[in-house]
Amino acid sequence: MSDVIEARGLVKRFGAFTAVDGIDVRVGRGEAFGFLGPNGAGKSSTMRMIGAVSPPTAGHLRVLGRDPATDGPAIRRRLGVVPQEDMLDTELTVAENLLIHGRYFGLPVRDLRPRIARLLDFVQLADRAGDRVEPLSGGMKRRLVIARALLNDPELLLLDEPTTGLDPQARHLVWDRLYRLKQQGVTLVLTTHYMDEAEQLCDRLVVMDAGRIVAEGSPRDLVAAHATREVLELRFPPGGRNGELAALEGIADRVEELPDRVLLYTADAERAAAAVTARGLRPDGVVVRRSTLEDVFLRLTGRSLVE
Amino acid sequence: MTVTTTAYRPALLVLEARARAYARTWLIPTVTTVVAPLLFLAAMGLGLGGLVDRRGAADLAGGSYLAFLAPGLLAASAMQAGVQESAWPVRLGVHWQKTYVAALTTPLAPRDLVDGHLLWVALRLLAGAAAFAVAAVVLGAADPAGAALAVGPGVLTGLAVAAPVAAWTVTLERDHRLIALIRFGVTPLFLFSGTFFPIAQLPGPLRAVAAATPLWHGVELARAAAVARPPALPAAVHLAYLAAWIVGGWLVARHTFARRLIR
Repeated sequence: MSDVIEARGLVKRFGAFTAVDGIDVRVGRGEAFGFLGPNGAGKSSTMRMIGAVSPPTAGHLRVLGRDPATDGPAIRRRLGVVPQEDMLDTELTVAENLLIHGRYFGLPVRDLRPRIARLLDFVQLADRAGDRVEPLSGGMKRRLVIARALLNDPELLLLDEPTTGLDPQARHLVWDRLYRLKQQGVTLVLTTHYMDEAEQLCDRLVVMDAGRIVAEGSPRDLVAAHATREVLELRFPPGGRNGELAALEGIADRVEELPDRVLLYTADAERAAAAVTARGLRPDGVVVRRSTLEDVFLRLTGRSLVE
Repeated sequence: MTVTTTAYRPALLVLEARARAYARTWLIPTVTTVVAPLLFLAAMGLGLGGLVDRRGAADLAGGSYLAFLAPGLLAASAMQAGVQESAWPVRLGVHWQKTYVAALTTPLAPRDLVDGHLLWVALRLLAGAAAFAVAAVVLGAADPAGAALAVGPGVLTGLAVAAPVAAWTVTLERDHRLIALIRFGVTPLFLFSGTFFPIAQLPGPLRAVAAATPLWHGVELARAAAVARPPALPAAVHLAYLAAWIVGGWLVARHTFARRLIR
């Protein structure tokens, strides 16, 4: 079966600024694919090109086998889009927002009514159908936007930072719904700067930085390729770190120094912690954890994902 | 997919969306676009008009000040409604709530938004002008046939400002210029474009400015229709002038919407 998204040498420039600097991406049907990177990495620009609302400056792009430059409406008819901002009419009710959006696809009202009821059930908003949108919580609005993106029964669902700004409980509710969609075989493409979101939802992802793809693979493969199995995080009192860094020499495979902590990459963090203590160092805080995509990103770019 | 797409259908879907949203929040816009002009007509036409008529104003078209004012106010109110009904929904749809932006994730294109938006404004103008015409008849300011004939020029006047205002509003990233337009553009236009007195009373240069505004042409047409008197210029010239603003504004709006929304 042909790829849902096929991009080669994709470029997006805004005047002199290059937002996307020649990326190659393929996404297959049924896959959950992620663009991971910090703000300004070019993720949203890429999503808007895939969503057929932003013409590429250069390169080859096919979405659902069609060219967004010439077949935009036909592509968008088969897409579901969760934009970075909710873009809801807050004066209208939950159900009215969905009805109006569904009508944009030309779907008959008699088909939309039962579909809206089913989707509100799915995103756990059935009891708010007749309520105005304005007082809803951020998480509820986000779930409403997901329902809106599913109105046309899309073959491909694009989610631009689906949980940015939500509290942890609201994020988990959104993740749970997206996980169910993934189980139902919906192709998901999402952007995020949360590594836990990418780890939970994505079969495969690319790490983006400054408009380029710096790594590609499954979350597990990326961690295996670019980080050690475990990490020892040490916190030292402000200013009192110079001597300690030299004293850590040889304990770990690699040492990363961040403004607020020092990371020691090693296969066995417990053993490294014991070695730190044995050398007479007394950090304020010691955390032993597994490596994550955050560490992959740090390794590849020298910077943290969330600043 | 069995949905057949004809060129006008997406614009009708946008029109329908605007109507559905309006059905929910109709009260305040209706009061501002219908009730306020009627208060003007009562206060100026009956109150002030009583004074004017007593001083003898036989050269006013229509014979009484009320009959002179009513068609002018119909066109001027449509002009105001054209600005308000065009500017704020575009602001809301493109910059604040971004519902117009969300609509573009569907098969709709920016030109469909423009077309549907202006169709909706036209319907609102038609309803507003018709309501005003009925009230003018009830107040004795016009006869039914004349009042009905003045509705068409009213709608055209409103569209002649609504189309360029939509084209311009979409390019704004902040509100202050729009507020300036309403305060320093719309209000003088409302007062000095032949609505309350003939522009012949203006000093020469200002008369030329007034004659260049779409409102003056609309007022001339509406007044000619209401009181069965020939307009200042041939009716075809006034109509062509309004049509140029409508079509020009509409085409520029299609361009500016696409430039702002597809990038």
